[in-house]
Amino acid sequence: MTTEAYIYDAIRTPRGRGKAGVPGKPAGSLYEVKPIDLVTNLLDAMQSRNELDTTQIDDMVLATGEPIGEQGQNLAKTALVYSDWNDITTGAQLHRYCAGGLDAVNVAAMKVRSGFETMVIGGGVESMSRLGIGAGGAAVSDPWVSMRSYVISQGVAADLTATLEGFNREDVDRYALMSHQRAAHAQNIGYFQRSLVPVKDMNGVTILAEDESVRADVSIESLEMLQPSFRMFGESGHNELLKFKYPQVETIDHIHTAGNSSGIADGAALVLVGSEASGREQGLQPRARIVACATTGTEPTIMLAGPVPATQKALNIAGLTIDDIDLFELNEAFASVVLRYQKALGIADEKINVNGGAIAMGHPIGATGAMLVSTLLDELERRDLKRGLISLCAGGGIGIATIIERL
Amino acid sequence: MEYIRLEQDADGIVEMILDQPGKAVNTMGAEYAEAMADTVATLEAMVADGDIKGVYVRSGKDTFVGGGDLSSMLDAPKQMSEAEATEKFDGILDAKRSLRRLETLGVPVAVGINGAALGGGYEICLACHHRVILDAPGVQVGLPEAQLGLMPGAGGVVRMVRMFGCQSAIDWISAGRKFKARQGFEKGWVDETADSLEDMHTKAKAWLLANPEARQPWDREGFRIPGGAPGDSAIPKALQGLFHFGPGNVINTTKDNLPAPKAIFACVHDVARVDFDTAEKIEARYFLKLLDSQVSRNMMRTFFFQLNDINKGLSRPADIETTRVAKLGILGAGQMGAGLAFTAANAGIDVVLKDISADNAERGKDWCRKACEKNRRIDQQQAEQLLQRITPTGDYRDLSDCELVIEAVFEDRNIKAQVTQETEVVVKENCVFASNTSALPITELAQASSNPENFIGMHFFSPVEKMPLVEIICGELTSAQTLAKAFDLARQLGKTPIVVNDAPGFFTTRVIGTTISEGATMVMEGVHPALIENAARFNGSPVGPLSAIDEISQETAYKNGEQAKADAEARGETPEQKPAALLVERMVKEFGRRGKVHGGGYYEYPQEGAKYLWPGLKDHFAPEGYCELPFEDVKDRLLFCQCIEAVRAMEEGVVNSAADGNVGSIFGIGFPAHTGGVFQFINAYGVREFVSRAAELTEKYGSRFAPPQLLLDKAEKNQLFV
Repeated sequence: MTTEAYIYDAIRTPRGRGKAGVPGKPAGSLYEVKPIDLVTNLLDAMQSRNELDTTQIDDMVLATGEPIGEQGQNLAKTALVYSDWNDITTGAQLHRYCAGGLDAVNVAAMKVRSGFETMVIGGGVESMSRLGIGAGGAAVSDPWVSMRSYVISQGVAADLTATLEGFNREDVDRYALMSHQRAAHAQNIGYFQRSLVPVKDMNGVTILAEDESVRADVSIESLEMLQPSFRMFGESGHNELLKFKYPQVETIDHIHTAGNSSGIADGAALVLVGSEASGREQGLQPRARIVACATTGTEPTIMLAGPVPATQKALNIAGLTIDDIDLFELNEAFASVVLRYQKALGIADEKINVNGGAIAMGHPIGATGAMLVSTLLDELERRDLKRGLISLCAGGGIGIATIIERL
Repeated sequence: MEYIRLEQDADGIVEMILDQPGKAVNTMGAEYAEAMADTVATLEAMVADGDIKGVYVRSGKDTFVGGGDLSSMLDAPKQMSEAEATEKFDGILDAKRSLRRLETLGVPVAVGINGAALGGGYEICLACHHRVILDAPGVQVGLPEAQLGLMPGAGGVVRMVRMFGCQSAIDWISAGRKFKARQGFEKGWVDETADSLEDMHTKAKAWLLANPEARQPWDREGFRIPGGAPGDSAIPKALQGLFHFGPGNVINTTKDNLPAPKAIFACVHDVARVDFDTAEKIEARYFLKLLDSQVSRNMMRTFFFQLNDINKGLSRPADIETTRVAKLGILGAGQMGAGLAFTAANAGIDVVLKDISADNAERGKDWCRKACEKNRRIDQQQAEQLLQRITPTGDYRDLSDCELVIEAVFEDRNIKAQVTQETEVVVKENCVFASNTSALPITELAQASSNPENFIGMHFFSPVEKMPLVEIICGELTSAQTLAKAFDLARQLGKTPIVVNDAPGFFTTRVIGTTISEGATMVMEGVHPALIENAARFNGSPVGPLSAIDEISQETAYKNGEQAKADAEARGETPEQKPAALLVERMVKEFGRRGKVHGGGYYEYPQEGAKYLWPGLKDHFAPEGYCELPFEDVKDRLLFCQCIEAVRAMEEGVVNSAADGNVGSIFGIGFPAHTGGVFQFINAYGVREFVSRAAELTEKYGSRFAPPQLLLDKAEKNQLFV
C-alpha cells in the first residue's frame, strides 16, 4: 500500500556569511550560533506555524557535510532532545556531501511513500564558519585511498568543466552577475519571506533575518577584477592529477573566482513531508507532492557532472520530459556547473534559478538542498506554475534530483 | 661453519659476528633468517642466565650485510595463492620477530658498520640501540629498495618513522637514499663514527658498558613520533599538509607507474598510527604487495641483474685482457667534446682536447672550468688537478701518444673522414679511433681509415657528464681488441656500455625514431596533440614525442631525414615517404616552424609563462575537430613501435642481448624505467599477449606494428627475451 508524499511546509534560516571572526575582520552573523541552535530555531517555527502535534512526527533526517564535533554524533536526535518537541520523534544524521539536504527530503518522502512512517522531517544544517569543510575523512586523509581515487579540488573541477565545455571567464561572470541581480531583486521584493525564519537568540532577539551576502551593487566590472580562486590547487598538483582522467587536457584555464562560485555560508532548512491522511488528521493543507527523486553517480574526479543524469533519471521515473518542468533550481556550486546543465538539457535562463542561488547567497553544504525545496515551491506558487525540479552536484560525482508538483 | 657465531669477551660482551659461509658478502636469504632466529634464542638464554653485559653486532667480512636475496625474490611465483601468500607473510614476520627480539633482549645492543649496510643490512642496524660506523671509503648506510621497486620489509619503515618522523621517512625511503659514513652520521642514521676497525670495536663496546639500561626510544615510556602522527588528537599542520597533498604529488611524479613510492607513502602513514607490533604486520603486508608486483620484477631484472651483467662485460670479448687508457684524445671542443674531456679528466685520464684552433680548444677547457665550479662534489683542489689533466690544442701532433682518440666533430661524413685521416698520420698504429655519432654508419666512416679494424663507434649521450650510457657500435671490420678497448674506456669513464652492430640508426637512435615518428603520424591523423604528449608522459617517458622534436629542432630532423633518404637512394633503395617526414617537411617549409631554437615548433614558447601547443596544429590537421582515439591506443602506439623496432634490431643482429636493449633503451633514450626496458616490456606484457595486441594495432593503424618473425617465434615457443 503506497501513499503520496506531500510537502506540508518548507522553511529555512537565512544564509549567513560563513566566515569565522578574526582580528580586524568581522565574522558572519551566524558565526556565534551553534549548529544545534540553527536547527532548534526551525523546530520551534515548524511547530508553531503549523500548530503541530509533534508526537505525530515519526522521524527527522538531517544532513550535514561535516558531521563532526558540535555538528556530529547525530545532531538530529540531539536537537530534538534539546528542543521543546517530544521523546517519541527519532532523529538520524545523513552525509551525502552537497546533496545531503535534498536527500534527507527524499528519504523522508520514501519513508512516507513506503507506508512504514506517516510524517517525517527532512532537512539539513551547516555551520561552515564554525566547522569549515573537509577537515578529514576517508577520501582525503588516507594516502592509500587517495592515491587510487584522483580527487581534486572542486574548484579545479569547475575550471576543468569549463575547459572541457569551452566556457570562458566572460561566460561564467555573465552568469554570476545574473545570479547576483536576481537574488538582490528577489530579496528586495520579498520573494523569500514565506519560508524565511529569522535566527533568534535565547532571549528572542533576532540575530539574522535576511540572506546576508546578497549584494545589489555587483557589476560585471567588479566580477572581472577578482582573481581566480583555485589556481593554487591547480598548480600544486591537481591540474596534473586530473589528466589521469582527462588526458586530452593540455592546460586548465582557471576562471572561477569568489564572484562566480558559491559562497561559504551557514544555515539550516527543514521540510515537513507526510501522507495525505497524516496531514488531514492534523488539519494541514498540502502544498505539493514529491513526484520522483533520484541519485546517480558520475566520474568522480570532475565530480560536478551528476545533475544531468540525475535529472534524466528522475524524469524517467516520473514519466516526464524536460519540457514538463516549469522551473529548475540547480545549486550554483560554480557557474560552469549551471552552464553545463543548461547546455546539456537545453534549459533557458528564464527557467532556472530565477531568484539567484548560491553564487549570490552562499552554499551551506548539507542544508542547501533542503533550502532549495522552499525556494522552488514558493516561486511555483508565486507564478502559479505546476512543476519544478531541484538538482545538486555533490562529492564523489554524485548527482541528485527531485521533482515536485503543486496540487 | 655457521652464518652467525657468538664470541664472548672478558667484559661480558658477546660479539655476534655475521659471516656467511662460502660467500664474499653476507646476504639475507633463508640461511640468514634461520641463523638469526637461532642466535637470538641463544642470546635470550644467555641473558636469562645473567652472564652477559651487552651484544656487539658486527660483520666477519670486509663489508657488512648486502641486503635481501634478490634472485629468490625474482624467482618467486607471481599471483600467489592465498596459501602461498600466507606462507610468505609468515616468513616476513618471522624475520622481523628476530630483530624485535634482538632489540628487546634486555641488554644493550650495539652494531659496528665496517662496510656497505644497505637494505636489510641497515635494517639490522636499525634494530640495534647504538650504531658505530667506520669512516672509510665504501662504507655506507642506506635503504635503496625503492630503486628496485621494493621497500624495506624487516622493520625499516616502522623504525625509520619512529626515529625521524613521517616526512623524513617518506623522503628517504622513497628516494632509496644511501649515505657515506660521515653523511650518515650527520643525518642521524648512525650515532658515532670511527677511524679504524679497532676504534669502531672499542667505541661500540665502551658504549655497551656505559649504557646497561639502553632501550629503543620507541620502547620508552611516553614515546611520541617526531613531528606527530596521523592518530594524534591534534595533528600538526605540516603533517596534515603532507598527507593531504603528498599522495597527489606521488601519483603525479610517478604518473602512477611506480608502486613502491605509493606503498611507502601509505605505509608510513599507516604504521605511524598504530603500536609497534601492529605496525610490523602492516609493513609486511605492503612489502609483500610490492614483492608480488610486476614493476619490482622488471626493475630487479634490469637495474640489478642485467645492469651488473653488462658492467661486468656481458658484451665484451671475454678473452682479452682489460686495458686502461692513460691518455685520451678528443677531437672537437664543442659541448660534446668539452663534456667528454671533463668526464675523462674527472675519471683521472689525461686528455688532449683538439679543435681547429688552440683558441677553440681553450674555450672547451673553459667550459670544463665552469663545470667544475657548478659541481658541488668537486672542491677547488680537485678542480685544479682535473683541469691540469686537460691539454687544449690546435695541433694534431699533440695526439701522438694517445691510446684512444674520440672524434666529436660535426655530424658530417666529410669532416669526420678528414679528421680521421689527419689523426692517423700522427697516432701510433694500434691507437683506437672512436667516432662519436648518433646515426652515421660506422662501417662507412671506417672507410676513411687506413686501420678500419681500429675504428669503432662510441655514441655518447648529451649531456655526457650526466648521461650514464655509451652505445658502442662495431663496424664490419672492427676488431675484438678495439671493442674491448672501447668497452674498457667506457667503464673507466664510469659509463655503462652497450654493444651493438652497425646498421642505420644503430640501436638507440633507431628505436627512439619510431616513437617520434609515431607521434608525428598521430598529429597527421588529427589526434589531439595534448593527448599524444600526455600519453607519452603517462607511459613514463620523460618527454613527449612532439617536445622531443622541438628540442632537436624540426630543421635538424628534416635535414637528417633528407640525408637518410639520400643514403637509401645511394644504396639503390626507394625510400617511402613516411607521414612523419612529411609532417616535418611541412612544419619547416610550409609553416616556418623549425624548432624551439628557431622560435617555435609544435609548441609556442612565450617570453613569459609555460610553452603551449601551437594552435596551428589544430587548424591544419584537425580543422573539423580532433579524431577520437582511445587513450590506451595512443599510449600503446608510442611504446609498441619502440619494442617492435627493438625486436627487429635483434632479429637483424644489431643488438644481441636483451640486457643491452633494456639498459640502452632506459639509460639512453628515456624508455620508461618501470617497464624494465624495451624487451622486458614485452616479457611483462606477456609475449603472446604482446603479439595479439601488435596484431590489433596493425589492423587499426598500419603494418609497422606487424610482429617480426623473431617475436612470433618467441610467442610460439613461449620464450622470454632474456
